[in-house]
Amino acid sequence: MKEFPPWGITRETVVKIDADTSAGLGYNPYARPIDLHMRFGMVNLDKPAGPSSHEVVAWVKLMLDLKHAGHGGTLDA
Amino acid sequence: MLPIAFEDATKAIQAFLLSGKEYVCLMQLHGEIPEKRVSEVFQEFTGKILQKPPLRASVKRAVRERMIYAIDLLEIEERSVLFRIACQAGTYVRKICSDIGEVLGCGAHMKELRRTRAGPFQEERNLCSMYDLLDAQNQWKEEKDEQKLRAFVRPVEEAFEFIPKIHIRDSAVDAICHGADLAIPGVVELDRAIETATPIVVMSMKGEAVALAKALLPTQQVLEQDRGLAAKTIRVIMPPSTYPPLWKES
Repeated sequence: MKEFPPWGITRETVVKIDADTSAGLGYNPYARPIDLHMRFGMVNLDKPAGPSSHEVVAWVKLMLDLKHAGHGGTLDA
Repeated sequence: MLPIAFEDATKAIQAFLLSGKEYVCLMQLHGEIPEKRVSEVFQEFTGKILQKPPLRASVKRAVRERMIYAIDLLEIEERSVLFRIACQAGTYVRKICSDIGEVLGCGAHMKELRRTRAGPFQEERNLCSMYDLLDAQNQWKEEKDEQKLRAFVRPVEEAFEFIPKIHIRDSAVDAICHGADLAIPGVVELDRAIETATPIVVMSMKGEAVALAKALLPTQQVLEQDRGLAAKTIRVIMPPSTYPPLWKES
């Protein structure tokens, strides 16, 4: 019994109540000021072949002056 | 392809681990098998399968069901079989290879594995190289131009592309940021296909990630009921006080 992968399913939503969001609170994720954009940011990196994922993340942290960074694993199976 | 999350976005990584994956795998058969037979067995492995995590795994070693969305034979040359597999998170492709080998009768092992997709993150899409990142960073620091940085660094919300969402009122946001579970009155809009225990993302009406959560009720009940809890908050992403703490009043 075949199932579709998550990227093969069209998701639909249903609205329960009519509500507005206040313009002065929070941000549209694509309109964050750059410091917040980086704070909630992620990249899909073309990892160079030699170094480990851990090393690469360390470099990215240095390069972008980040306190924390984590990767989603190269092979988790 | 290596997705890297920055600062607060690292809280999203656990959702990422739950997302479906796709791999290209090179399997070595221990005997000669006609292509047609290999394809047949691939069909048998599509759909629900049972697996026990290997010794090296960090999960409980109980037999569990996994979903294989597709296995496509790409190339076969003598005993080498190249295939693409799309599967549920936590599926051990190495084990699939050895199980396929058993069904074929000759035995087989995984020779090489490359992950080509993890949820919304794909190999084919324009990946960002280390140089791209350095270049983008320099352009911002030296020329005050944010454009490249914004192009390469994506908002964490993109990691949730295929995860069902519940959008909530502004007044409900801060309580969730403090770890509160999501109460039904706060729900504005939700995915149609949510069931009890479905992992979901709670979002503001602006589309900002508030928290990772687990549904306590199916969509239909959330629509019908006026009170009760819709979801259990698992991991808060948005810092408290981004939205005002209106829940403290009354």
